[in-house]
Amino acid sequence: MKLPHVDYEAPRAVAEAVELLAEHMDEASVLAGGQSLIPLLALRLAHPAVLIDINGIAELSGVSAADGWVAVGAMTREYVAEESETLAGAVPLLAAALPLIGHEAIRSRGTIGGSLAHADPAAELPAVARALDAEFVAVSQSGERVVPAAEWFEGYLMTSRRVDELLVEVRFPAAGRGTGVSFQEVARRHGDFAIVGLAASLTLAEGVIGDARLAFAGVADVPVRAVDAEDLLVGEAPSAELFDEAARRATDDIDPPADLHGSSDYRKKVAAALVRRGLRAAADNAHERQ
Amino acid sequence: MDITLRVNGATCTGSPEARKTLADFLRDDLSLTGTHLGCEHGVCGACTVIVDGRAVRSCLMLAVQAAGCEVTTIEGLGPEGGLGTLQQAMWDSHSFQCGFCTPGMVMQAAAFLSDHPDADERQIREALSGNICRCTGYESIIDGVLLAAERNREHRAGERP
Repeated sequence: MKLPHVDYEAPRAVAEAVELLAEHMDEASVLAGGQSLIPLLALRLAHPAVLIDINGIAELSGVSAADGWVAVGAMTREYVAEESETLAGAVPLLAAALPLIGHEAIRSRGTIGGSLAHADPAAELPAVARALDAEFVAVSQSGERVVPAAEWFEGYLMTSRRVDELLVEVRFPAAGRGTGVSFQEVARRHGDFAIVGLAASLTLAEGVIGDARLAFAGVADVPVRAVDAEDLLVGEAPSAELFDEAARRATDDIDPPADLHGSSDYRKKVAAALVRRGLRAAADNAHERQ
Repeated sequence: MDITLRVNGATCTGSPEARKTLADFLRDDLSLTGTHLGCEHGVCGACTVIVDGRAVRSCLMLAVQAAGCEVTTIEGLGPEGGLGTLQQAMWDSHSFQCGFCTPGMVMQAAAFLSDHPDADERQIREALSGNICRCTGYESIIDGVLLAAERNREHRAGERP
């Protein structure tokens, strides 16, 4: 369908955007890459009175590394992040997930901040942010607020962003030595939303797992950390038996939604397979990064 | 809102409503109806055009956002009155039946081949995976793009038969 009538603002600076948000509050939608919002408008699932288009705000784009963190501007387009050597080196889990987002033409416009603010639980970036304990920087007229990933995702397409706040930046911790990663997903067609996805990261030191991170996409209304499995892995040496047990623990408590692509039980089985595959790939990858 | 942009090498101006997509602007305001609209919500890929060198879905971009951009549509892809290498290769490979998806397929393939001239079959399948065709079963489309890549390579090597 054609888009409904909507007013349009194109601020050139964050301060200006935040002023517009304060004026329009929940009547406004922030337009970044538009790859999710414009379909929502076309399908009449979103009814904002005004679009605040942040594409013209140059300060919102870019990738920079400092003090063990990599800051990604909210308007950084996915293809730009995909080509970033800084991200490939310092946040390999994000780099591994980026090529799986939508299709090439979607990544031409889609943005890191847009996907994370849209918060589709089946999407790749929310799982990555949750796995890595990314930090979300939101700005309003009352100042800046830093929200940890654990508190950012609140429900299906819902985040803890307040209506007068603009997501300006997402910070990812830089991967240390011996960190191996893998992003696994099963989808009917390359580029489709995953039936189940998994972000996995293992840090190995002298053959022992020092840090383990597992986050699922597509098994609940938010991205889900597999904390029990992570606890099991830490302090152990990688082995097939260990990864089998981790897969059991990671999927014991999940109750994935059923739809025409698969039943809840099928998704659980896929999730367990992805944990085994993801851990194996991350462990191999960790050896290479020693 | 008044906008100025370049479309297929020519400067164009217009005053689209904010809600008008680039696809509708190209079709309705500039009469460039080669860009097809299938789903109008970013799923089918039929409306793919090239904006500043990148393939984008013109139904997921507002016309006002194209202000200052360089847009190429199917009408501007080949040489005046003829077919470009990719178009000729797809023609020779019978890469279309009803033709509805063709402009999007061609624009997506053109953008992809310009960045990945040595792409293999798997990469081409992946690159075109977001474009839906209901007739061909895709095989002839992939054949056409592979043939274009091969002809481009021969051309670069100066061995054009």
